[in-house]
Amino acid sequence: MTMTSPAPASAAPAATERHARRSARRRRWMRKHPPLILGAVLLVLVAGLSLAAPWIATHDPQALDPLARLAPPSAAHPFGTDALGRDLFSRVMWGGRASLVVGLTVAVLATSAGVLLGLAAGFVRRADGLVMRLMDGLMAIPDILLAIALMAVTRASLTTVIVAITVPQVPRVVRLVRSLALSLREQQYVEAARALGTRLPVILWRHVLPNMVTPLVVQATFIAATAMLTEALLSFLGVGLPPQIPSWGTMMADGRNFVAVAFHAVLFPGLFLAATVLSVNLVGDGLRDALDPRLSRQL
Amino acid sequence: MIPPMIAPTSPQAEPQPNPRRTATPSAPPLLEVSDLTKHFLVGGKAGRGRAGGVKAVDGVSFALDRGETLSLVGESGCGKTTTGKSVLRLIEPTAGSVRLEGEELLGLAPSRMRSHRRDMQIIFQDPYASLNPRLSAAEIVAEPMRNFADPAWRGPGALRDRLAWLFAKVGLRPEAMAKLPGEFSGGQRQRLGIARALALKPKLIVCDEPVSALDVSVQAQVVNLLMDLQAEFGLSYLFVAHDLAVVRHISHRVAVMYLGRIVEIAECERLFTDPQHPYTRMLLSAAPIPAPGARTTRVLPIGDPPSALNPPAGCRFHPRCPMARPICRETAPPLIPHGSATGGAHRVACHLVS
Amino acid sequence: MTVPSPQADQAGRPPLLDIRDLRTHFDTPDGTVRSVDGVSYRLEARETLGIVGESGCGKSVTALSVLRLLPTPPARFAGGEIRFQGTDLLGLSEREMRRIRGNRISMIFQEPMTSLNPVLTVGRQIAEAVTLHQKIGRRQAWQRAVEMLRLVQIADPERRAGEYPHQMSGGMRQRVMIALALACHPDLLIADEPTTALDVTIQAQILELLRDLQAKLGMGIVMITHDLGVVAECCDRVVVMYAGRKVEEASVADLFERPLHPYTRALMASMPSLQGRGGRLAEIPGMVPAPQELGTGCAFAPRCPLATERCRRETPDFTGAATGHGVACFEAAPARHQPVVLHRHAGARP
Repeated sequence: MTMTSPAPASAAPAATERHARRSARRRRWMRKHPPLILGAVLLVLVAGLSLAAPWIATHDPQALDPLARLAPPSAAHPFGTDALGRDLFSRVMWGGRASLVVGLTVAVLATSAGVLLGLAAGFVRRADGLVMRLMDGLMAIPDILLAIALMAVTRASLTTVIVAITVPQVPRVVRLVRSLALSLREQQYVEAARALGTRLPVILWRHVLPNMVTPLVVQATFIAATAMLTEALLSFLGVGLPPQIPSWGTMMADGRNFVAVAFHAVLFPGLFLAATVLSVNLVGDGLRDALDPRLSRQL
Repeated sequence: MIPPMIAPTSPQAEPQPNPRRTATPSAPPLLEVSDLTKHFLVGGKAGRGRAGGVKAVDGVSFALDRGETLSLVGESGCGKTTTGKSVLRLIEPTAGSVRLEGEELLGLAPSRMRSHRRDMQIIFQDPYASLNPRLSAAEIVAEPMRNFADPAWRGPGALRDRLAWLFAKVGLRPEAMAKLPGEFSGGQRQRLGIARALALKPKLIVCDEPVSALDVSVQAQVVNLLMDLQAEFGLSYLFVAHDLAVVRHISHRVAVMYLGRIVEIAECERLFTDPQHPYTRMLLSAAPIPAPGARTTRVLPIGDPPSALNPPAGCRFHPRCPMARPICRETAPPLIPHGSATGGAHRVACHLVS
Repeated sequence: MTVPSPQADQAGRPPLLDIRDLRTHFDTPDGTVRSVDGVSYRLEARETLGIVGESGCGKSVTALSVLRLLPTPPARFAGGEIRFQGTDLLGLSEREMRRIRGNRISMIFQEPMTSLNPVLTVGRQIAEAVTLHQKIGRRQAWQRAVEMLRLVQIADPERRAGEYPHQMSGGMRQRVMIALALACHPDLLIADEPTTALDVTIQAQILELLRDLQAKLGMGIVMITHDLGVVAECCDRVVVMYAGRKVEEASVADLFERPLHPYTRALMASMPSLQGRGGRLAEIPGMVPAPQELGTGCAFAPRCPLATERCRRETPDFTGAATGHGVACFEAAPARHQPVVLHRHAGARP
């Protein structure tokens, strides 16, 4: 539905000039937002390590070594080993994948579902009451409890974990989208579009959604961070990912009985989880400040 | 059927002969509004306390002919903007009738209503808020043409030509097409809004305070542009404004509104030279005149306008009217013809005007 | 620190407000914006000076500079001085400045709703403004608040003092703003578009009120406006600004009688008039230049029908200040007067 720009050839130089000006402006705000840069660098680092796990892992993350149980960090095992003698460095690298996949997927799914329901609530009067009462009901149940309950009735798998974490996040997005929709609906350019005979789906797609992107992106990053923590927590409680998928939460749960003798078994997965969540939150905060029109439009 | 490129402004735009008197008597006026009423509910849907809510517009009737400009003037809260938007059903009226070329618009299903939107457009007051900040100028002006198919802009080439023609018509350079609204000045944005309103070749444009947000020097440009376009395309304007001087320049007829009702309606010159309603007179006398010492005496309404929530009984102006008599407190005066020379074109709602 | 001004009046007192060659610049990522670039004007007690110009001409920035209400950075005083009763305000500390703001110099703004605290009663807000600067008891302060509300002709001031801003109409809120601004009997009142957001009948009432209050209290008023009608009705002298500079200054009668600067004349011609007949308005071609796009030469030259090569090359100095009617224009010689512009307004007089 997006339109191809009918700009004539004569507009080309203006467009390049505008592009240059915009990229200069972009560079400038990048410099002005160190948390954003720090978060992004950290995130790229963690993601890179997880993606490169098959190549940088020194051991098979599932391989048992009964002779080297709870070994402290050494040259052979940089992060030491766990109670079953599995190499923690390799497991931590592989475990990042679970966290990142869960974070990203939950953020995308929860945001998409939330946008659909929120727009329906904000623009279709009859849907509003139904959708919002449903969301109020979901919000009344604590997130973790809801996720645990959903996990209890299904078989543990990556998909079920993702669904179980997504469902409690949806109401937040719906509320945000609905409130944005209610204010955007009153915007004069939306009223103008109605006066021009633009159909509702087109109005939503062209005039409403693009003006929601900024808060939605920020919200999505926070959902991703929450999802990673929830996944770790569920795995820690034993209702998360199945044992064959290495996860930082599972690793910490496994190591928790041996904290006194093998602190490293909890330390390294915990450190990576904290760093990842922190980086995502930094990116979210940074984006919010950088994209906030009220702050960036100042002289 | 591609319109030719024409210079942005045409020189001949002196006061146009008003074509409405020459129209055949049987043809209905372009727009006929009768007993238009809009009540806003206040304090939630339950409507406890005051039943009926705010009577923003309360029984407004007028007609607008082809090529004519009718201005609605009055102070804030008098219902002039609500009237303008109700005509377009951007605000859903509570009661009354709006006929465009004889066809009733109120109660039409959304799809039928949508097809009428081609003929009636709106220019907003705030050129900053009425343009989506994320779309390019070309996309903004093209939007209505994408909503309605027409041989004049079928296909990308024809659409591009029509965009170029529209931009030239409102005095914008073709390079402006790729720009975002934020890169334009206020006056240029308003030109963009005008190009968008013009795109579908409408018959009626509701102008909602189109120049009040603009600087004085730019205001003159936009007023002239609107007059030129009317002369060229035979547009009808329902011109909502509070600036009487602008209204005097652009209007054929003027309706003065007070608290949701028309208190006086007349040919423009007549209203300004021979105002009858006390409120009209005060409105005219309140406007500052850019000539020192020009104004010696001034009669102003007493106090502030009352709230539309609880309008006074009888004539709504009576609490502020220095000439009010007992009858004004009891009965609302009807809007009746004044003087025989005008053939009923000058109507006043006042007990004190015979 | 009081330095006697060289332009002190006969009694040896310095003028109430004396702005000399003020330059307020803004440092932005896109470069320096010269919002105010060499503006001078003076104001005596009991005088009303109108500052006229379009958006972006620097008229509000000048006023905010007087009160030092601009955030620095990005704002920067690149030169000039602002003498208030002989004291250079730009040299004062923030603490000294706070003692002047709201006490000896007050300001009223265009939008009364956003300048009033919505959760406090208007009486309390006025009383607080008084106690901030004067050592009086709470009851006395409240009495003063009621007295001020009466002064600005609000009916039933005792009851109104206990109301919140949202309970009042726009005109009434602007009266409250004026009461608030005048509560400490300032010597100087800066009114920034005080009636722009109001309806004409209310505007007329407020302007009349300001005139009355000036006669009673004797303060000097700087009236910032874009409306020449407002200027004609309530000012003694006028400064016309364009793109950060003063282009013309004259008494109100002089300015409307013989506008010298082509911009002033074009501005007058482009205003629709209540008296004139319909038809096309005189346009000023082009638009107000953005302050960061200003090049060399007279800023009005690109829109000026009289512009010459010289206008595009050099910036004209402000001349004729001594005669009381000064102008910054090379081409504004009296011989060039075209009476075209004047007809409409001359005809306006009864």
